Amino acid sequence: MARYLLRRLVFLVVSLALASVVLFVLLRMLPGDPANALTAVGASPEQIAAARHAIGSDKPLPEQFTHWLGQLASGDLGTSFVSSLPVGPEVASRLNVTVPLTLAAFVLAVLVAVPAGFVAAHKRHTWYGALLSAVSQLGIAVPVFWLGMILIAVFALNAGWLPAGGFPQDGWSEPGDAIRSLVLPVVTIALVMSASLIRYVRSATLDVLDSDYLRTARALGSSFGRAMWRHGLRNASVPVISVLGIELASTLLGAVVVESVYALPGLGSMLATGIAQHDYPVIQGVLFVSTLGVLLIGFAADLLQRIIDPRLRGRLSGGAR
Amino acid sequence: MIPADTLEAARPEGAPQGGRRARVSATLVVGSVLAGLIALLAVVSLFWLPYPADDTSGGRLAGPGGGHLLGTDKLGRDLFTQVMTGSRIAVEAGLGSVLIAATIGIALGVLAAFAQGWFDDTLSAFLDILIAFPTLLLAMLIVAARSATLGSAVLAIGLAQSAVVARLARILVKRVLTQDYITAARISGTSWPRIVLGHVLPNIWPTLVVNLALQFGLAVLAEAGLSYLGLGAPPPNASWGRMLQEAQATFTTAPAGALAPGVLLVLLVVGVNLVADGLRETLDPATGRRRS
Repeated sequence: MARYLLRRLVFLVVSLALASVVLFVLLRMLPGDPANALTAVGASPEQIAAARHAIGSDKPLPEQFTHWLGQLASGDLGTSFVSSLPVGPEVASRLNVTVPLTLAAFVLAVLVAVPAGFVAAHKRHTWYGALLSAVSQLGIAVPVFWLGMILIAVFALNAGWLPAGGFPQDGWSEPGDAIRSLVLPVVTIALVMSASLIRYVRSATLDVLDSDYLRTARALGSSFGRAMWRHGLRNASVPVISVLGIELASTLLGAVVVESVYALPGLGSMLATGIAQHDYPVIQGVLFVSTLGVLLIGFAADLLQRIIDPRLRGRLSGGAR
Repeated sequence: MIPADTLEAARPEGAPQGGRRARVSATLVVGSVLAGLIALLAVVSLFWLPYPADDTSGGRLAGPGGGHLLGTDKLGRDLFTQVMTGSRIAVEAGLGSVLIAATIGIALGVLAAFAQGWFDDTLSAFLDILIAFPTLLLAMLIVAARSATLGSAVLAIGLAQSAVVARLARILVKRVLTQDYITAARISGTSWPRIVLGHVLPNIWPTLVVNLALQFGLAVLAEAGLSYLGLGAPPPNASWGRMLQEAQATFTTAPAGALAPGVLLVLLVVGVNLVADGLRETLDPATGRRRS
């Protein structure tokens, strides 16, 4: 296990290095010079050249890359071409919205989906088991922004219980207002996420319920609860954790649509603005931070799967193939 | 879903095959009817539309009725005409994306699972990085690099989904490879290509088909999301996402425009998912064995 951990850590670092190269190259392939964002339409070639020199986009790519890496090493994410503000603090302030939004939605979704998915599988012959399946079937088909629109229309515009969008200017210094403005976005993401999670939990549970080892355990006199706890849970959780990792990772930045519906100043909307303005440092900074987050989530998910399923351990500690 | 499970519950243990066949077709039929209706709208829209796309003779924000089945939007365009065009865009987006995702994803996934040591690790790390780009954001990058067209959106969604498909395929193949029948096949001298075709793919593809159907739904949803953000097919192509975005401001005064595209979207995705479930029950050899 220690050896696997070490290998996995090395690959985490290598992936991050690879990712930053890919990121850098990909961004340079986008059309349009970033200097265009700095200069007015119809600027003279001299003005454009001066702008390129000012932001360093006239230097050779390897030099730009090492410069960026040097900045990263000292914890500096660069300076926005457009606003001339440092990217790091801006990312941090956006994370204050995105991380609570993502985590709260994720936790809520898991709390709903795991019991619901288990019941949907175990009680699939009852009306409420079938109803759970049907509701989740419906839920994965609902576009997240449409659900947001409906929730706003019902709970904000008609009932007036919660704000229709926006985030307090002072952020979390007004905790009540901040939480109130996150309730509908959190519920929106959690509902959509739990609908798809229920399906995965249900299918993983069905696999376990039909398995020979569960029947054997029952035949040997184990109670259903004990057999599920000792054998079922472990086996069912391996594929579910894999899906959970992907869901959490994609919500981190994928919340951009929900952020747009509710006009939240999150990481996704920062990236969207950065892309529209060809603001390389902003795009690079946001994508680097979120790639790091996604890789860490994948690392945690893999580790958790190894701990739960010993069969996977042998395969990745080398040679067992 | 409900009729299928009700029938399943009603079937006594050891009932003849006929009962099982009826149960399978219930899910399949409901799904096919739902998805088929939208597909029909899409096909008909190729030949006939109630009004030209730029016809504004109905007046602004007219309610349903009076020659306009669903009423008109804020520019006076017929909503049903737009909904029909939208269904064509949705079906195209779903099919195109899934085709790209399946081709690239399954190939990469099988390769990664079979590869040894550092190659597998590198491929997996690469997949992790690809997955690090959520579909919508990869799509935004590609749309920014090319232009806001349906093709850009489909390409982006397909590429992003291929990473997810590849990762799933890799996990599924790895699980199959730990099974004793693979060891037995290897010992008896079966070549790796034959093992992939004869043992691995038959065992993973029911799960993959279900996932690809989910990806179809997700692709339709992602395209709608892109259009909602103004990054999908440009006007006058009325994508459902764009329609919903335009109708958001008038949700309370003219709900038809904010409801109809959403309802159809949900029906299409539910329909395809039900078809997938029906297919899974029919195709999955393990399910068949354990239920007979």
